[in-house]
Amino acid sequence: MDTASLIRITEYEWHIEPQGDMRVPGIIYASQQLIQGMDDKVREQVCNVAALPGIVRASYAMPDAHWGYGFPIGGVAAFDAEAGGVISAGGVGFDISCGVRTLHTGLSRADIEPVRERLADALFHSIPAGLGSTGKIHLDDAGMEAMLAGGARWAVKRGWGMREDLDRVEEHGCMAGARPEAVSAQARRRQRNEMGTLGSGNHYLEVQEVSEIFDPEIATAFGLARGNVVVSIHCGSRGLGHQIGTEFLRSMVIEAQRHGIRLPDRELACAPIHSDTGQAYLGAMRAAINCALANRQIITHLTRRVFERVLPTASLELLYDVSHNTCKLEKHDIDGQPRELYVHRKGATRAWGPGHPELPDDLQASGQPVLIGGSMGTASHILTGAPPDGATSFASACHGAGRAMSRRQASKRWRGRQLVDELDEAGIVIRSPSSRGVAEEAPGAYKDVDAVVEAAHAAGLACKVARLRPLICIKG
Amino acid sequence: MWRHFDHQADIGVHGSGPGLAAAFEQAAVALTAVVTDPAGVTADTAVRVSCSAPDAELLLVDWLNAVIYEMATRNMLFREFSVTIDGNRLQGTARGETVDVARHQPAAEPKGATFTALRVYEDNTGTWHAQCVIDV
Repeated sequence: MDTASLIRITEYEWHIEPQGDMRVPGIIYASQQLIQGMDDKVREQVCNVAALPGIVRASYAMPDAHWGYGFPIGGVAAFDAEAGGVISAGGVGFDISCGVRTLHTGLSRADIEPVRERLADALFHSIPAGLGSTGKIHLDDAGMEAMLAGGARWAVKRGWGMREDLDRVEEHGCMAGARPEAVSAQARRRQRNEMGTLGSGNHYLEVQEVSEIFDPEIATAFGLARGNVVVSIHCGSRGLGHQIGTEFLRSMVIEAQRHGIRLPDRELACAPIHSDTGQAYLGAMRAAINCALANRQIITHLTRRVFERVLPTASLELLYDVSHNTCKLEKHDIDGQPRELYVHRKGATRAWGPGHPELPDDLQASGQPVLIGGSMGTASHILTGAPPDGATSFASACHGAGRAMSRRQASKRWRGRQLVDELDEAGIVIRSPSSRGVAEEAPGAYKDVDAVVEAAHAAGLACKVARLRPLICIKG
Repeated sequence: MWRHFDHQADIGVHGSGPGLAAAFEQAAVALTAVVTDPAGVTADTAVRVSCSAPDAELLLVDWLNAVIYEMATRNMLFREFSVTIDGNRLQGTARGETVDVARHQPAAEPKGATFTALRVYEDNTGTWHAQCVIDV
């Protein structure tokens, strides 16, 4: 991105003054190096979002921002329903409530070493990954309805997890306001055999080692110490979310004109929050959030069963579960006044700071664990929400590294088998059904996650706590 | 003729041919190629789909999403497509087989066809083109 048209406010904060149809400024959080590496499309999309009705304060992009669908991936925008605000299917994305869940194991790296290959094989065989894989759970109509309304809470009730897990899941495991009746028969059918599956693309299950601690006090509060082994799961609402995204993107495109919304680009399709389409999407999207929470809960259950067999001394307790493709109704302070806003986070993680009322008691002092997934073979990070007087982006941080290179370029440049061997030499065991899939997800095809996290920390979006290094990666 | 084009996070599909229907057929072959080499898919089962939309670009998105839906719910990959378009209505047949993970090595799973880089047009040589980005 050409930085000439941006105003640099601090080393990590760049502004775009309102121009044309923009109702609010654009704000991008990034280092000079990251912003120079960003596509010009990110700037264009930040400006387009700033022109949507009812947007409040600014249109934001996180340090990992890249070209998305209408909204940039790594985009954050809040809308006031009472001021004509809109909700956008593209501003949430196709993989509704995609997110990361991290589990403690109570083990150290030395415990894993002797069984690493066996553990990798057992995880790969037990957790369905990749296209065409189906879970062992097949939902009937009543089961589907209960899952869409109940989320992870439903899964725990069915025996796939522990009650304590729910305290460490956003919304305590169940998104309120879900409207299963707004979820089409097609979306349900796409999900029927996909509960407890990882999916493909950049989704994974990793066994990781805590390789570095940046904030010992918060790390202790999170139960993390150097050398600990954790498990991280990155996936979302599977076929159900994809189908809901597909259907509502289409209806919002067709109806935008009827609602008098002028779109600079069709992919920016949205509907007023106070409209039938807006309300139906909100209800269906919330049901898809429950689907994602239930899915990660079931995968957690499957992972626990594997560890019971391979490493029976392990105890897999949930650190936290965060979604990074959502729109949520939240209370935020705007010019000293509390206002209820619909906050879109597309490829951005909510990051509540210390003392936030939605956090469980034992996280009140530390703030919310912010889980930043790496790509295959690269580090992941755990941060904590910054105090509310910091950055203004509605308590949001980055979500991952973000791609630096397209899939097509990556599959031309790397060979899957060779990458698996190279990563093996570096101490990272990869299991995947597809060699080309591995090549497309090559570590070199992504931005440097450490640089992204450093920028998020320096910009005050969230605070670095620990760095995780992968030991085993199950790739979809 | 089909090809892929670059998108930073995902992948673009482009089909071209002597008519609108041929361009749509080729765009669907490009969709299969997001997952696996279409030449490695056997065309032994036919699945019929139909859709309608207010304009040709929306019709392309609907067509590709209908194929994605059949892929996902039938657990199939498709090698060949035949399409007829009558005004705003499309009738299509996709021929393929059940996914065989070991043989097809599926690289990615299409989530949906998007409105990004969406274009349907006839060039000055009379060739039709149909393209958009697929979220994977």
